[in-house]
Amino acid sequence: MQREGSAFSGVGTVTMKELADNLTSTRMRLLELLIFVTGAGAAYSTIGVVKDQLSEYPFVFLLVFTYGHDPLPSFVGFLGFLIPIVAIALGFDAVNSEFNRRTMSRILAQPIYRDALLIGKFFAGLITLAVVLSALWLLVVGLGILLLGLPPNTDEVLRGFAFLLAAIAYGGVWLALALLFSVIFRSAATAALASLAVWLLFAFFWQMLVPLVTVAIAPPDPYDPYSTLHTINVGMDIARVSPNTLFSEATLAFLSPTTRALGPVLTTQMSGAIRGTPLPLGDSIAIVWPQLTALLASVIVLFVIAYVLFQRQEVRA
Amino acid sequence: MSGAIIVAERLTKAYGANIAVDHLDLAIERGEVFGLLGPNGAGKTTTILMLLGLTEPTSGRACVAGFDPLRQPLQVKRRVGYMPDQVGFYDNLSGIANLRYTARLAGIPGREIDTRIDAALKRVGLLDAGRKAVKTYSRGMRQRLAIAEILMKQAEVAILDEPTGGLDPQATREFLELIRSLKADGMTILLSSHLLDLVQSVCDRVALFNAARIGLIGRVDDLLREVLGGSHIIRVEARGRNLDAAIAAVPGVKRVTADGGALRVEATDDLRPQIARAVVGAGGDLTTIAAGHASLDEVYTQYFEGVRHAA
Repeated sequence: MQREGSAFSGVGTVTMKELADNLTSTRMRLLELLIFVTGAGAAYSTIGVVKDQLSEYPFVFLLVFTYGHDPLPSFVGFLGFLIPIVAIALGFDAVNSEFNRRTMSRILAQPIYRDALLIGKFFAGLITLAVVLSALWLLVVGLGILLLGLPPNTDEVLRGFAFLLAAIAYGGVWLALALLFSVIFRSAATAALASLAVWLLFAFFWQMLVPLVTVAIAPPDPYDPYSTLHTINVGMDIARVSPNTLFSEATLAFLSPTTRALGPVLTTQMSGAIRGTPLPLGDSIAIVWPQLTALLASVIVLFVIAYVLFQRQEVRA
Repeated sequence: MSGAIIVAERLTKAYGANIAVDHLDLAIERGEVFGLLGPNGAGKTTTILMLLGLTEPTSGRACVAGFDPLRQPLQVKRRVGYMPDQVGFYDNLSGIANLRYTARLAGIPGREIDTRIDAALKRVGLLDAGRKAVKTYSRGMRQRLAIAEILMKQAEVAILDEPTGGLDPQATREFLELIRSLKADGMTILLSSHLLDLVQSVCDRVALFNAARIGLIGRVDDLLREVLGGSHIIRVEARGRNLDAAIAAVPGVKRVTADGGALRVEATDDLRPQIARAVVGAGGDLTTIAAGHASLDEVYTQYFEGVRHAA
């Protein structure tokens, strides 16, 4: 049955309203605090770069992102935890709060489709996330320049920027997941807990589960070297179900230009290669293109599920 | 000009085996105040949501302001203002900010928004409170803000779900006054309520719901005459034995029922003198005898009791 009128009328209004809500909320003050602390952590590891005399490294500026200076983890390691938390915080009560405040039926009685509400809320979350991450990124780059005393070259800037985009896509996955749970669960607390449970699964338990599942599916045959290779590949495929794996692989390719491959490499494939030489940015992007596509695909799939469920939901509380 | 602005034909909504609205037929004229009355869970809200296109009917058809809510929901929603049961607003925003958001969603041109909001708030008496956060509002103020939203939208039809729910008597009176003034502007109003007596005074016509169906529909006076058979209700308070039998023996008395400590007498005419004589004649001490006014509550009770007995 054909509906009349655009599904997008009202998207802009909803986005602006939700964005204003996001940016003025107490939640945002907490996120700003987190940004500040993370930035300080990154500054600390930059000092480590200087102290450990790593200036011989050709991409010394990228070490600001990747170098972990005891006892702190590296900036990217930190982001791996921070981004899901921020994204979940922005999305877990998006839809259910409208029901709980009893504003849903009043808003949907305005001449807009439900699509506009969901899309607007997702956009607002994504924009907020992008603002937070960009601010953090600029903070870290600025501190890096100050503390290292040298500016990044063009390649480093572009790689850093590619990393920022990957981080936003990774955040998008968690935002879409939180949005999905906010449609499924009427209670915001349940939605938040469900999102955090999924995050815990992928952040901590997945790496424990992967070897177990892999050996069960594709046990290696000690007399056949190719079966070992097969086992490793199956293991990596299972690990890549987790967005955390996808994000860390993308990070690795962008921020460590010497990364030539993300899986096992045979000696024959390495013939003619000069070890330790960096790849051009285009080739690094080519290596992680599947990871980036998978991240975007997860965002779309999760959003579509949330969309379908939301369309079928009864309006009455 | 006969211009039914809201039409429902055999409108049905089933949630699984549970039928919420069963083959509903309805036609509401332009400028009319129409009441959907009945107990909670009788299908009033579901009917309203179907008319707004917020719930898909299982079968049947509706037409609101000339549009099909299922296929042209935006056209319908542009012309209809809706105040849900227990209306909610964004508590941390001011009344004006809340209205501004819905004004943009409703597609009101930017330069008109502020003047329309001011006019609407003035009309419902919230001009001073408009800048305060909605969390400081009382229940009655929230409900008036919802009416301001409908006014701002310049809706042709206002659909109000339980508009007096949770209001104290004073706020209820003011609210009913507001509804009368909307009617004076020519707005068509569809309201639902479980408080039959309360809305009796504002509704031109009512539909009495019971168990997913409309049992009765018509003007309040007509229903009173039809169902109560033009009978007079007389309330008698007296002390004594077998007074009900004595009253029932009076010619013209149709029924005598106990109503708390008093007796409720239905008669074909105003038989107060005869009943008084009968009570005194039977040795009773008569303390009160009064003509009760017939109300929709009585219509409802009597009609649906009759239906249940017949079933």
